Amino acid sequence: MNSLYYQKRLSRNVGDKFFTYLSVFCALISILPLIFLVTYILIKGGAQINADLFILEPNPPGDDLDAGGINPALIGTLVITTIASIIAIPVGVGGGIYLAEYSKGGPFSRFIRFGVNVLAGVPSIIAGVFIYALIVSTKIIFGSMYSGFAGGIALSILMLPTVIKTTDEGLKLVPNELRYASLGIGASMYTTILKITLPSAFRSIATGVLLGIARAAGETAPLIFTALFSYYYITGFGDLFYEMGSLAVLIYNFALEPYDAQNKLAWAASFILVMSILSVNIFSRILAAFTEKTKRI
Amino acid sequence: MIKNTKKTPKNIILSLENVFISYGAFEAVRNVFCNFKKGDITSLIGPSGCGKSTVLRALNRMNDLIPNCSLKGTVMFNGTNIYDTRVDPVEVRRRIGMVFQQPNPFPKSIYENIAFGARINGFTGDMDYLVESSLKKAALWDECKDKLNDSGYSLSGGQQQRLCIARTIAIEPEIILMDEPCSALDPISTLKIEETMHELKKNYTIIIVTHNMQQALRVSDMTAFFNAIEHKEGDGGKVGYLAEFNSTKKIFNSPKEKTTQEYISGKFG
Repeated sequence: MNSLYYQKRLSRNVGDKFFTYLSVFCALISILPLIFLVTYILIKGGAQINADLFILEPNPPGDDLDAGGINPALIGTLVITTIASIIAIPVGVGGGIYLAEYSKGGPFSRFIRFGVNVLAGVPSIIAGVFIYALIVSTKIIFGSMYSGFAGGIALSILMLPTVIKTTDEGLKLVPNELRYASLGIGASMYTTILKITLPSAFRSIATGVLLGIARAAGETAPLIFTALFSYYYITGFGDLFYEMGSLAVLIYNFALEPYDAQNKLAWAASFILVMSILSVNIFSRILAAFTEKTKRI
Repeated sequence: MIKNTKKTPKNIILSLENVFISYGAFEAVRNVFCNFKKGDITSLIGPSGCGKSTVLRALNRMNDLIPNCSLKGTVMFNGTNIYDTRVDPVEVRRRIGMVFQQPNPFPKSIYENIAFGARINGFTGDMDYLVESSLKKAALWDECKDKLNDSGYSLSGGQQQRLCIARTIAIEPEIILMDEPCSALDPISTLKIEETMHELKKNYTIIIVTHNMQQALRVSDMTAFFNAIEHKEGDGGKVGYLAEFNSTKKIFNSPKEKTTQEYISGKFG
């Protein structure tokens, strides 16, 4: 008769230990790239941060010159992401509402869900080339070619699947009893969705929207084909229809320059980009955690 | 207004004629004929799976929300078949309100919970008065008059259920449907809801599904006993039917059907 006490040497216990440590080890390795990347950028980029950076235009590359700042790229990223959000949020939330509230699981909604998943997997450069072919090369928007506007549209394609999916999933989490309650006192579908279900799902939708924005803000490839790059300040509304700088493309351009000053600027831009994406992500986590807490008791 | 297509006796507010309800290919309830009298409390009792909740949901077209659910036959409400293609289910639900098994207040304040339904139904009168009178009718006013701005979830389960009843009363329906309104509640809350129902009887027709036979006996004037039998085709599934419908006294004291007798004496269920 075996003893009831735990025996270290038993082969099942040895195997159990081994797999526990193996999985912990893999988990550690998977987090390493993030830690190294963030620390490296913090050190390399953090050192370049100064007030001029946020104010000045970048100077043209040259070895004897000061590099200047990244103001146009910073504002450009804000503008392009805002345009993307203005397009993707209403369309995405609307599509998510259709999927979660109106569709009855028929072929059409299955097709849309499948399509959204495919769109989420489309490489971002394809979105860029697509908008290039559709808008840039055809000069369809007021005859302008490369423009911040085109860049925003390209990024909206990348945001769309995230927004649709999180809206769909957020609305599905709203208990059906709440819908029945509203419909049971004679509310129409439209009132029920606007007044009851959407407000209940608001935070989870907002979380998804923020994650979508964070993803779009860091994209480079689609912007190379659409917004291109600009060294100059954004001064007015009209600048939307010309080439526009962005942090991601600035990093891409300046990191490849042979001059040290430009490289430093690229590091600084990396720092700012990573920090803003990180903070948007953290903010969305806080929002999500807050949602958990305020759920029905 | 859709024309009256058939005459029903004057005091009958709702009448089921040869109703069949199925979920996809599965037949849940068949052959139901049943008249609900105005001002009565009618309880629907029967073993699980006999389709009593399905029938109840059919009465204000809540079944529309369940995919694949279809109904054959007619449900006449004040002389109109509510399953007529020209009928707007939203309008039906305004006249026939529903209280559910689980208390489901809106994630809003107590005041807003009641005002919401009234407002979307175009109520323009004195909202404060409406909220107060609805809460009074649901016997909840004394308990929550000082915290109308608190969330509906801050109330206890029994209070939440009475809030749901108040919310339904506020839209002034003609009929209130209740789907096992006390099954999630403790005995004291149950008793309070039953007292509320007695109060409501003066103004409304109530149809209640209950698993609790004592409750049916306590609150209702009429009782419908539903039962389930095996399909004739013998595929193992069961189909519900209305076994007996009579005054509550007769159902509990001298039922005509043997199965009714067996069910109320607790031999199956």
